[in-house]
Amino acid sequence: MGDDRNGTGGTNPGGTDPGGTDALVIAGREFGSRLIMGTGGAPSMHVLKEALVASGTELTTVAMRRVDPAARGSVLDVLRECDIAVLPNTAGCFTAGEAVLTAKLAREALGTDWVKLEVIADEHTLLPDPIELVDAAEQLVADGFTVLPYTNDDPVLARRLEQVGCAAVMPLGSPIGSGLGIRNPHNIELIVERANVPVILDAGLGTASDAALAMELGCDAVLLATAVTRARHPARMAAAMRHAVEGGRLARLAGRIPRRRYAQASSPFEGIAT
Amino acid sequence: MQVIVNGQPRELPEGTTVADAVATVTAAGSGVAAAVNDEVVRRADWAATTLRDADRLEVLTAVQGG
Repeated sequence: MGDDRNGTGGTNPGGTDPGGTDALVIAGREFGSRLIMGTGGAPSMHVLKEALVASGTELTTVAMRRVDPAARGSVLDVLRECDIAVLPNTAGCFTAGEAVLTAKLAREALGTDWVKLEVIADEHTLLPDPIELVDAAEQLVADGFTVLPYTNDDPVLARRLEQVGCAAVMPLGSPIGSGLGIRNPHNIELIVERANVPVILDAGLGTASDAALAMELGCDAVLLATAVTRARHPARMAAAMRHAVEGGRLARLAGRIPRRRYAQASSPFEGIAT
Repeated sequence: MQVIVNGQPRELPEGTTVADAVATVTAAGSGVAAAVNDEVVRRADWAATTLRDADRLEVLTAVQGG
């Protein structure tokens, strides 16, 4: 973002398609939608499918778990039917070792070397463990993975993740599933200004205005799950998120007006009848 | 011999391969990965990889999440 502090039309060089279609570009791959969905929390596969279709997403996360012989229906079938690319995550991993093994299993099972890297510190906050996160990212990048790390809203950590070769950085707005929105917009702006890879706001969003704000702050995309899957009407909220991401993106590109302390008339003062 | 399959101790005959053991927990032809003692075993190698006593076999697939 360089010095484009007011969002007057600059775009993150790492996340923008130079051809002018405003596609999201991550590691050379183009996406027409800037909304990345998660699949956790949906009450049924049917509800999940309706929500994914309504969201317009082209990339969606799944978790890796031990096979359940009693499980009926697979989230992979839903993604295949909707022609949505799969992004495995390492949710639930507490150490770099666990996350690296999970990523390798996902690569083998799903045939993708893309991974949403999550290494959490504890199960109460689900906040990322920065030390383990950078360690895991380095190992996975060295092994040829395209690494999209879920990170704290810490500009220094985001830079470190970029330096070790991550294809994007994904700062949280607030804790996973909290719906608290973006608690530190200033830090998100700092991350955006300094990043040379796409910035994807991941976690904590509660409603459409949160997603629009993320895009207005200059994020290249938004990743969310709970805000949609646990909404009263998931498909309707998914549509709201889709429009919010598009609206926020357009507003960012359009360049908002500066904030002023006092009013500025938009009608001329000249020629008023006296 | 005893092998830990997805955290559960299982009595399996000598000579059981990864392919045999995976088949006891899932019939899925794709979307599944296996690791023995924290090392991924590629699907192409399942039939030729023999399990040993006290091995830990993990069989994972994608579920809703994230």
